[in-house]
Amino acid sequence: MNQGKLLLIGGSAGSLQVILSMLTAVGRGYAMPVVVVLHRNNTFESSLEDLISTRTKVAIKEIEEKEPILPGMVYLCPADYHVLIEQDHTFSLDYSERVNFSRPSIDVTFKSAADVYGAGVVAVVLSGGNADGAEGMQEVKAQGGFTIVQDPGTAEVPYMPQQVLLRMGADLVVPTEELPAVIKGFGRPA
Amino acid sequence: MDTHVIKYEDLELLLGDLCTRYGYDFTEYSRASLHRRVQRLFALDNFSGFAEFRYRLQHDNVYFRRFVEEITVNVTEMLRDPGFYRTLRSTILPVLATYPFIRIWHAGCSTGEEVYSMAILLKEAGLLQKSLLYGTDINPHVIEKARKGIFPVSQMQKYSENYIQSGGLQDFSSYYTANYHLAKFDSSLTGKMIFSTHNLVSDFSFNEFQLILCRNVLIYFERELQAKVFKLFDYSLENFGYLALGSKESLRFSPIAGRYRQVGKEKIWRKINEPG
Repeated sequence: MNQGKLLLIGGSAGSLQVILSMLTAVGRGYAMPVVVVLHRNNTFESSLEDLISTRTKVAIKEIEEKEPILPGMVYLCPADYHVLIEQDHTFSLDYSERVNFSRPSIDVTFKSAADVYGAGVVAVVLSGGNADGAEGMQEVKAQGGFTIVQDPGTAEVPYMPQQVLLRMGADLVVPTEELPAVIKGFGRPA
Repeated sequence: MDTHVIKYEDLELLLGDLCTRYGYDFTEYSRASLHRRVQRLFALDNFSGFAEFRYRLQHDNVYFRRFVEEITVNVTEMLRDPGFYRTLRSTILPVLATYPFIRIWHAGCSTGEEVYSMAILLKEAGLLQKSLLYGTDINPHVIEKARKGIFPVSQMQKYSENYIQSGGLQDFSSYYTANYHLAKFDSSLTGKMIFSTHNLVSDFSFNEFQLILCRNVLIYFERELQAKVFKLFDYSLENFGYLALGSKESLRFSPIAGRYRQVGKEKIWRKINEPG
């Protein structure tokens, strides 16, 4: 297996607790930058970054446009913007139409990351009630990346991981309680 | 699945063609977003391959217009980020009120929703009569729409909520006449607006303003182009005038930052008279 260069996490309804436990496992000194695309309500806007940083040990920040993507960091997509990745490994923000009723959309970020990081992408789709992420995962796979899906049987809202599995399957289907260990394993220094 | 039919190298060829053939320079636009839009258009219009797409774009003026309309992002809404508009009401408009005549420029206004929002604020502050609002965009199609002031009725509930959150005290529906699924905004608002096409990449300053709004436009530009546009705004802004940006944009890394001071927490900067 290739060494991962970028970890993508896509989550929607029922995914916040899993994300917190995964990021707790990530901690500091993780080998890959982590990008979290979480569907959320505009009104929560700034508190999410604070919540994650108090509940986990990670260095997290909400993405700013043109920001370089650096290892050791966890990046959170801002509410109401799509996040794209440039070829020079910086972020771009985009305020175009919602995709799958969502902005940020998991598909948009995953496809864009697959374009640039190719086989270096490790992508995870978690709980949610929406089909966002399925196309993105397909693109990650097409570019040689590694795909992980939360086992729908253990997800709070199984629909989103199910949609990925229906469309294409995944390299790993992981039950909720195992996700932190698996994610940690991917980020061990080479 | 063939989302990869337009490669990043192909995109560069198209951008070169657009420059030489039509004089439209997109070469300093951020590529990821542009790439996604071009790819989307390519799929939408069912081209068989890149060569056909490129040929059509090179030789068909009408298709070129469609291209510009489709690759530029035209998403906007009225009174988006109500907190921003609340600050305009409470902090900026009282200062503008001291001027005998108020000129405002909405750069990259798309279909004009922000211009109408501003006109409503000015009207409620009793300033609309002495104001002129310029709305410009690179895309002629959206400018035509903006001039008409007709928006989908389906959006009005959301806009009405934004309006109340922005500190509006009137009945929002008093500003438009609904007819089936369309809402036409009052001509007392439209009468104070001037809409025109303007390309931030290549066109010059055309007036001096006390307030320039350019929200969620600069995110599509590379840093060098952002810097150029900031200089254009600086040149077009009176001393002590205001520049308002989108909620994720900043003046911080720009060459003009030294002459500007941020107003509160919103993305509004005031030009101050100190040398940079």
